[in-house]
Amino acid sequence: MIYLQLFLSFFQIGLFSFGGGYAAMPLIQGQIVKIHGWMTMSEFTDLITISQMTPGPIAVNSATFVGLRVAGYAGAAIATLGCILPSCIIVTVIVRLYLKYRKQDVLQEILGGIRPAVVAMIASAGVSIFVTAVWTGIDMISLAGTKWNLVVIFAVSVVLLRKFKLNPVWVMLLSGAMQVLCEVGTFLLS
Amino acid sequence: MEKEKKSTALLKIFITTLYLSTFTFGGGYVIVSLMKKKFVDETHWIEQDEMLDLVAIAQSSPGPIAVNGSIAVGYKLCGIAGALVAIVGTIIPPFVIISIISYCYSAFRSNWVISEMLEGMQAGVAAVIASVTYDMGADIVKQKDDLGILIMIAAFVASYILEINVVFIVIVCGLVGVCRGQLEKRRGRGHKKTEDTSDENPEKHPDKGGME
Repeated sequence: MIYLQLFLSFFQIGLFSFGGGYAAMPLIQGQIVKIHGWMTMSEFTDLITISQMTPGPIAVNSATFVGLRVAGYAGAAIATLGCILPSCIIVTVIVRLYLKYRKQDVLQEILGGIRPAVVAMIASAGVSIFVTAVWTGIDMISLAGTKWNLVVIFAVSVVLLRKFKLNPVWVMLLSGAMQVLCEVGTFLLS
Repeated sequence: MEKEKKSTALLKIFITTLYLSTFTFGGGYVIVSLMKKKFVDETHWIEQDEMLDLVAIAQSSPGPIAVNGSIAVGYKLCGIAGALVAIVGTIIPPFVIISIISYCYSAFRSNWVISEMLEGMQAGVAAVIASVTYDMGADIVKQKDDLGILIMIAAFVASYILEINVVFIVIVCGLVGVCRGQLEKRRGRGHKKTEDTSDENPEKHPDKGGME
């Protein structure tokens, strides 16, 4: 009955994690480390590291990782399904209601208030990523601790996106390549 | 003709979500920004305001924002079939990548090139988000909607500095929107009384609300 346990655990994770990524972490930890003991705490920390280094949502990543460990590919598939099923149901229902009733005045008013906030929250996520990238591992933002190479890569990326209208995926890959070249350069110079 | 159009749309949704999900380093907001670029700016299948509404739904619902965003966009474009195709496209890349990594984790973790590459990509991701928010923010500023600009600033402070849960921010801003609407209505009614126009709300027609 390991499959059912996996499914139910990840269903709960999917259902109760509001606010994405980091908000889901304690919930995932509670289910897979504390309640079921499918992983040790240090393995869980590794999982977080992997999630940060790879694309994909942390909840989906952990579903695949834990499912695979505990019950092979079938386990991974079932855990992942459990994790996304609440989203599938809830989001579909809400979007359906939205498409049906959005012409109504009250919903228009509500959405009119929310739209600017959405822009702000996306901006906030962007600033967080920028700050963690440029000042990693430092308690305070300081001029001396700034990774200037990343600031330059950021600026170059903005120019590539806005002035040259380059595809964002290429910009991201190029920025990774620039950092590798940068490090190789400093190694050779020293 | 219709059928063919729908299958091309489904294929496009699948390829786009698959492609974007492979490169969404840095969380759900990146995929949402990239989807906006694809479906609003390039294919014009979704309007900007609609996209913002879908993002609001994605982030206020439980579950990963990337997954929710794909479902919302997929459903909007092609109904249930679109949502299913989008979810499959979004899930495959992390599933495959994590499966591979779980077998060679230690090698992956200590690989120097990979870790430098990932560090640099964070700066690129930040640039992508900055560019998209600039476009969307400029749009709101252009509308000369003072309250909208105020909401934008307040929501940024609430989310970035005060670290308030997004669900609360969304609810409060929705309420602010309703209050504004009611106030405007009252003011509008006052004007009408002074102007003495007899027919109240000639545009209000029961059929209009039901139109798709």
